[in-house]
Amino acid sequence: MMKDSSAAPVISARDLSLTFQTGDGPVHALKDVTLDIAKGEFVSFIGPSGCGKTTFLRVIADLEQPTSGSITVNGMSPDAARRARAYGYVFQAAGLYPWRTIAGNIKLPLEIMGYSASEQDSRVQKVLDLVELSGFARKFPWQLSGGMQQRASIARALAFDADILLMDEPFGALDEIVRDRLNEQLLELWARTEKTIGFVTHSIPEAVYLSTKIVVMSPRPGRITDIIDSPLPRERPLDIRDSPEFIAIAHRVRDGLRAGHLDD
Amino acid sequence: MRNLAPVLTVTAVLIAIWYAAVIPMNQQWAQDQARRAGQDLSFTALVADTMSQQRPRLPAPHQVAAELWNSTVVEELTGRRGIVNTGSLSNRSLVYHGWVTLSATLLGFAIGSVLGISLAIGIVHNRAMDASIMPWAIASQTIPILAIAPMIIVVLNAVGITGLVPKAIISTYLSFFPVVVGMVKGLRAPDHMQLDLMKTYYASGTQVLAKLRLPSSMPYLFASLKVAIAAALVGAIVAELPTGAVAGLGARLLSGSYYGQTVQIWSALFAAAILAAGMVALISLIQRATLKRMGMAT
Repeated sequence: MMKDSSAAPVISARDLSLTFQTGDGPVHALKDVTLDIAKGEFVSFIGPSGCGKTTFLRVIADLEQPTSGSITVNGMSPDAARRARAYGYVFQAAGLYPWRTIAGNIKLPLEIMGYSASEQDSRVQKVLDLVELSGFARKFPWQLSGGMQQRASIARALAFDADILLMDEPFGALDEIVRDRLNEQLLELWARTEKTIGFVTHSIPEAVYLSTKIVVMSPRPGRITDIIDSPLPRERPLDIRDSPEFIAIAHRVRDGLRAGHLDD
Repeated sequence: MRNLAPVLTVTAVLIAIWYAAVIPMNQQWAQDQARRAGQDLSFTALVADTMSQQRPRLPAPHQVAAELWNSTVVEELTGRRGIVNTGSLSNRSLVYHGWVTLSATLLGFAIGSVLGISLAIGIVHNRAMDASIMPWAIASQTIPILAIAPMIIVVLNAVGITGLVPKAIISTYLSFFPVVVGMVKGLRAPDHMQLDLMKTYYASGTQVLAKLRLPSSMPYLFASLKVAIAAALVGAIVAELPTGAVAGLGARLLSGSYYGQTVQIWSALFAAAILAAGMVALISLIQRATLKRMGMAT
């Protein structure tokens, strides 16, 4: 396995475990997860439901607290990183405020973080260009298609200077064609912004197409079964998905997923 | 306009039932009168009489309508004490009495809404308030307002507060409750995802309230305001009943029942209903304008 040891990892988890206490006894959402993510990496988390991929993303963003183990983000605790506004989080649903226009929605984090009005306007314009929604600033969310809404929510996460973008199945509710287009755009966007991206998905092709690193996880308890550093170049046209390298990685991911399931 | 037809139909049916009921309700008196005069009463004469008695058990709709007209427009325009002749509202007109009640209602509604919204914000943000306020709020509404209204008036009178404020406080007592219930629900309307998003922004509690919870609660707020303003009106009228108030719709109801003036009672009732409908309609208008501005019009 190749390791980029030149720089300190942006996200570093050591023996991270998280157990939820439920009415039916403890649920081991994460068990002994150890993972380093370097700056500028695009990391996908893939696995069946209940494998803890979303939970891990939430731990990174300080939305859940680990029960044991340690995690640092930019060399600090997730809580400190959250205070430093290090995270742009994109959920499965766009979650735009229906009472705000698209521009208003993108301004939301900027208002909270106290950007000046002129700064807000220029940033809104910039990220709208980035997600190709320039003409839609004054539209309300219900006037946009599902894919456009999700792009707007990505723009919202990009508007402030978070260096980590966490995406929890952002395209899960969209159809295949829209999804392909958004995947392509996301790669362009990643290349232009040089952000570190954590991306949760159910889809093997999506994970392989997007990622520099694929983390395969399995459930009960949620743990990492394989970490694949992708040999694919950063420049990826859609038809790379027919190349032998791509298919080989997809095979390895599938094997990893199957291995996790055999434990049941 | 498309919902006008059903409304008119229902109104017509109600008026028809009302007219039909007037005849049996008032026929006793008409027949007694006829017997004393030694006359034979034909059915047509009976019907005509039941519709036009001075103190009917049940006044006919047109009598109530005429009384409403006479005690508002006619009284103010031509009455000796009307606004045209004296420059101030006549104390015999429903406009005057309606205004007395309305002012207490509006003050009580305003206090009740502010109180209700404040309590709801407290309940949503503070665990202790969440656990402690609601049972008390519910208990407060189980006490009959008729029982507590005189106490409030007497107590406030003892400390020198009279006039509008005691009535407004009783209005407040009835109107804060729907606002609390509605706003607690409304402020909790944002789902986990939206709250998590705010958390990733490291937003303060005040920012979450101002930018997420309050806008989300608007539909709930207006629904509860409509209930609250009707309750506030009931509160103001009830507050006028046990206290010997000389002005207000409640006072009209009371004096009407003292002197057996059923027509006066009914017209005061209708004045109250018209007031309530008007205020609810006004809130609906504000609601529509607000939600439209917010892009949330349905």
